Amino acid sequence: MAQQTHKETRRLSTGGRIDRSKPITFTFNDKQYKGYEGDTLASALLANGVDIIGRSFKYSRPRGIVAAGAEEPNAIMQLGATEATQIPNVRATQQALYDGLVCKVTNGWPNVENDLMSWVGKLGGKMMPPGFYYKTFMYPKSMWETYESYIRKAAGLGRSPKENDPDRYDNMNQHCDVLVVGGGPAGLMAALTAARGGARVILADEQNEFGGSLLSSKESIGNKPATEWVDDVVKELARFDNVQLLTHATVNGYHDHNFLTIHQHLTDQSFDKAPNGQICQRLHRVRAKWVVLATGAHERPLVYGNNDVPGCMVANAVSTYIQRYGVVPGKDLVLMTTNDNAYRAALDWHDAGHNVVAIVDTRKNPKGTLVEAARERGMTVMLGSGVVDVQGSKRVTGVSIAKLNEAGDQVEGAVIEVKADTVASSGGWSPVIHLSCHTGSRPVWNDEVVGFLPGPSQQQQLTAGAINGAYSTAAALEQGINVGQSALEKLAMKMADVSVPETETLTEAEPMALFHIPHPKPTHKAPKQFVDLQNDVTAAGIELACREGFESIEHVKRYTAMGFGTDQGKLGNINGMAIAAKYLKQSIPETGTTIFRPNYTPVTFGAIAGRDCGELFDPKRYTAMHQWHMEHGAKFEDVGQWKRPWYYPKAGETMQEALNRECLATRESVGILDASTLGKIDIQGKDAREFLGRVYTNAWAKLAVGKCRYGLMCGEDGMVFDDGVTSCLAENHFLMTTTTGGAAHVLSWLELYHQTEWPELEVYFTSVTDHWATMTISGPNSRRLLETLTDGDVSKESMSFMDWKAMTVAGVPARVFRISFTGELSFEINVQANYGMHVWKALFEQGKQFNLTPYGTETMHILRAEKGFIIAGQDTDGSVHPFDLGMPWAVSMQKPFSFIGKRGMQREDCVRKDRKQLVGLKTTDPSVVLPEGAQGVFDPKASIPMPMVGHVSSSYWSANLGRSVAMGFVKGGHDKMGQKVYYPLVDGRVVEAEICSPVFLDPKGERQNV
Amino acid sequence: MLHIYCPHCGESRDEEEFHPVGQAHIERPKDPDACSDKEWGEFLYFRRNPRGLHHELWVHAAGCRKFFNMTRNTQTYEIKEVYKLGEQPSVVAE
Repeated sequence: MAQQTHKETRRLSTGGRIDRSKPITFTFNDKQYKGYEGDTLASALLANGVDIIGRSFKYSRPRGIVAAGAEEPNAIMQLGATEATQIPNVRATQQALYDGLVCKVTNGWPNVENDLMSWVGKLGGKMMPPGFYYKTFMYPKSMWETYESYIRKAAGLGRSPKENDPDRYDNMNQHCDVLVVGGGPAGLMAALTAARGGARVILADEQNEFGGSLLSSKESIGNKPATEWVDDVVKELARFDNVQLLTHATVNGYHDHNFLTIHQHLTDQSFDKAPNGQICQRLHRVRAKWVVLATGAHERPLVYGNNDVPGCMVANAVSTYIQRYGVVPGKDLVLMTTNDNAYRAALDWHDAGHNVVAIVDTRKNPKGTLVEAARERGMTVMLGSGVVDVQGSKRVTGVSIAKLNEAGDQVEGAVIEVKADTVASSGGWSPVIHLSCHTGSRPVWNDEVVGFLPGPSQQQQLTAGAINGAYSTAAALEQGINVGQSALEKLAMKMADVSVPETETLTEAEPMALFHIPHPKPTHKAPKQFVDLQNDVTAAGIELACREGFESIEHVKRYTAMGFGTDQGKLGNINGMAIAAKYLKQSIPETGTTIFRPNYTPVTFGAIAGRDCGELFDPKRYTAMHQWHMEHGAKFEDVGQWKRPWYYPKAGETMQEALNRECLATRESVGILDASTLGKIDIQGKDAREFLGRVYTNAWAKLAVGKCRYGLMCGEDGMVFDDGVTSCLAENHFLMTTTTGGAAHVLSWLELYHQTEWPELEVYFTSVTDHWATMTISGPNSRRLLETLTDGDVSKESMSFMDWKAMTVAGVPARVFRISFTGELSFEINVQANYGMHVWKALFEQGKQFNLTPYGTETMHILRAEKGFIIAGQDTDGSVHPFDLGMPWAVSMQKPFSFIGKRGMQREDCVRKDRKQLVGLKTTDPSVVLPEGAQGVFDPKASIPMPMVGHVSSSYWSANLGRSVAMGFVKGGHDKMGQKVYYPLVDGRVVEAEICSPVFLDPKGERQNV
Repeated sequence: MLHIYCPHCGESRDEEEFHPVGQAHIERPKDPDACSDKEWGEFLYFRRNPRGLHHELWVHAAGCRKFFNMTRNTQTYEIKEVYKLGEQPSVVAE
C-alpha cells in the first residue's frame, strides 16, 4: 500500500461540517485517498473525483453515487482491512470515514473500470429482459446451483468473512414512554416536548449527528442558523436524565405491540477493529409505550434515458454534499425538477462558484421564492421541458433536453443538446413510511403530497413532519410539538411548555406529479430509463411485465425484482408504480403499492446475535461426575443440552474396539453408566396415583410402596412419545423418570393435563433432574460391588427385580433402584448431586477387584438392543403405538379411566394388520451391520420405485453375540417371523435379513433375575 | 414480538417467555370410548384457523408455567383479553 495518495479535486476550501484540521487516509479498491473527519465514505470518494463506485447488478453498467443517505442504491461497499473484519453491504453514504478504513466495491468482476460482464449491459434489454433469470437459468433444474454461484459472483452481493469476527456485539433491552424515530426538526421538537413533559424518551437517528435535513440547510430557526438551533436543542435534551440520545442508530424494524429494534453503530464508525474489546455494534430492543415516527422523506429522482450514468444524482444529495461536506460533485450542472424545493441544488451549486448550465423545469409557469432567486442569479430556466437522456458511459458528458406536452407524457419539438457532467433531478419527495408498514399498516396515496402516507395503524404510533408530507420546516416543527403533547396526554402526563420557533416563510408553486420523462422514441426503444438502480429495473422492463400480464403490483415487483434486496425500493418504488399505473391506464391508488418489510437497512448478524454466540450460544449441562469423565478420556455426545460420555477409549483403541471391550466387561463382570441426565419428576398429592393411571398406558392402582414400574406415555392419537420407570416412594409420592431429551416436554405435558383437563385432581409436579446424581452399575458382579459400600440388604431375597430401597451408599443417603436397561443384574444408585462424585469414586475404588468398567451412551444402546429394549425417539417417531412396538403387556385396556392414548390407538387405521411393526432383524451374513435408516423391501427385484415396507431403527455390532443385531419396522412384521426382508443400500449392495424376535440375548430374562 | 399479560403473574412480559399451545376451549370428550372414529378425529385434528379473533391457549413457559387463554386478532395481532382456564371470554370470536 505504498502508493501515492490521490489529491482531492472537488473539495471547497471552506464550508461544511467537516474538520479540515483532521485529515484521514483511507483505501478504496487498493488505492489510497484522503478525506477529513466528518466525511462519510461517499463524500470523501466524491471529493476525490471517484465517479465509478460499482457495476450494476444485471447489466454491469458503471454506477456512481446517487444519494447522500440510507436511500443510496449504488454505493454498497465491502468493508474491512483484514479477512476477519469483513463487513458486506455497507452504504458508503452512511459509513463515517476513519483513518485506515479499507473498502472495495462489491460489484465489478474483474474490476469496476473494465468489466467482463458489461457486454451484457451494452447488448442490453433484448439480452436480459425481466424474468431473465427465471426464464434462462431454471432449466435444467439440476444446474441451478452451478448458475447460482456465477450469478452471485457477477452480481456482487458482498461476502461474509471467512474468519471469526474479532469484534464484540451487544443486545440491550430498553423500555421508554416515547421513542422518537428521526432527529430532524419534527423529531427534535417531539423529543423536546415529551422530555419537558417528564416522559422517558429515546431519540434515535441514523446519522452521525442530529438535525436531519437542517444539517444541509441555510435556513434560520428562532432567528439563528438552523444548525445552531439544532445544537441548542440537543444540548437541552442531553441535560435530561429521562432522555437517551442515540446517533448512528437506525430504527430498522417496527414489530408488534410497539417493539422496535435499533441497530446502533459504535466503534465500526471509527475503527476497523474495536480497541480494548469495546462494543462494535449494538441492537437495542425497545418496548415503547408510544412511538413518534419522524422519519422524513426521500427525494425521488426522475426516470429518464441513461439516468444511471455516473453524474446523475438526486437534487437534494447535491445540496447535501455541498452544504454539509464542502464537496461539489462536478463542474457543470443541469437540474431537472418538478417542484420548487429542488432549486436549492442549483442555488447551492451556483453559490459555490460552479456553473449551472440550465434548470429544466417540467412545469409551464412556476412562481416561487426559490424560482425567483434562481432568476435573480441569472440562471437559465427552461420551462415545460425535461431531460430526455444523457450521454456518456463512465460520466455524464452531455444532456438532451426537449419540450414536453402539458401532461408531461410526450415530447414536443426539437431536442437540444448541452454539455454538462452532472444532472440533478427531483420528482418530489416520498415520505419514509417503511417503519409504519412493518406492522402491516397499508399506506394511503395522497394526491396533494404526490406520495404515500402512513395508513391507520394498530400500534401506539404518532407521526410528524415530512412523513406526513409536511415538508416545510415550520410545519415539521409544529407537528413535532403536537405529537409530543399528544403523547404526553395519552401517557396521562401534563402538557409541556413549548412554542414553535420562528422560521422563514417561502412561497412555493404547486409541484407537478411527474415520474417518467417521455423520450422521442417509445420506451422500449429509448435508452434505458432506470427505475430501481440496485436491481437494474427499467421503465421498459415494467412495461414489459405489464404487457406479459403481470398486472398486480405485487407480481410486477416479483417479476422485475423492483424493490428487492438491501434497497427495499427507497428511491424507485413510487416511480415504478407510477409507470405501471400509466401503462395500465389506471391511477396510482388503483395500482396500489407493495409493502415495505423489515429491515429498513441491512443489519449485521453480529448485532442480531449480540452475546448469544460461541460459548454463550446455548447452555451446556454437565453431570456431577463430568470432571471424572474428562480425566478418563471420555468422548462426549450432545443429548439435548447435556454432555454425555459416549464411550471411553483407551490409548490406541478404535471406537469399535472400545465399545466391544465395554460391552463384554459389563456382561462378564460389571460396568457403570452415568445416568444422571435422565429426566426425573417428583410427583406428590393424594391423586398422584390416579393421575399416573391416566397419563400412562398401563395400570398403577396397585403399585406398592417400594416398587417400580415401566410405563409408556402416548398422545391422544395413541402414539408413544416417551417412556420410563416410575417408582412409588410413598402412598402419595412417586418419582417418574423420562428420557433425557423428553424431560421438559413430559413435565409440560403433565402440567397441561392437570391444569386444563383435570384441575380437580390434587397433584404436584417438580423437576428434580438436577438434584440427583444417578449411576447405574450393571453386570453379574454389580450386587457384590454394591454390597461393599452399602448398609442395605440388596440380596435377591430382600430386594427383587423392580424394587427400590433407601439405604446408604459410600456413607451417604441413597435411593437404590433394582431396574435394568441392559438385561443384567443392575442397580441404579441415586444420591444427592453434590455427593455424586464421592460415590462414583468410591465405586471405582471398590470396583477394581471386579474390573469395573465405565461405559457411555453407545454401549448402553448396544446392550439394550441386544435385549430388544426400545429407545423412545429412536425406535419411535410419533407414528408408532404400543402394539406396533410389540408391547401389549404395557397397555391395560381394563383401567376404569380412558387413559390418554387408549381411544387413539383403537382407531380403524391403528388396528390394521399390515401396520409397520417393530421386529428384530438378523442379517444372513452375521458380519454385516445394517445402516440405521435403511429401507426394507420384500422383493429386491421389484421395479423402481420399489414398495418400501419399513426402516431399520437400531443396528449395532454385538461383541457379546459375535454378530450384528438390529431392530426395525416391517409391514405386518409380527406375523412374518422367519421370513426374509431385503435392504437395497446406496452403494448397490442388497442386504438380506431374517425377521425375528427383537430379543437377541437371554430371552427368558435369567441374567437379571439372579 | 407480542407483549403478553400473564393473568397469573399479573405482569406484561415479552412473547419469548410464552408458548402458544393451540386453540382454546377444546375439551377432552368425557367418555372417549363412546366416541366414533370420526368424533375422535375431530377432537384430535380439526382446528379453526380464523382471520380475525381467535381464542388461544398459551403457557407462561419461562415464567410461572401456568396455562391461560388469550383472545387475539390473528390479522392485527391485537390481544383483546387474557383470562384464566375455566373462565369464559368476554369478547367472543364470530
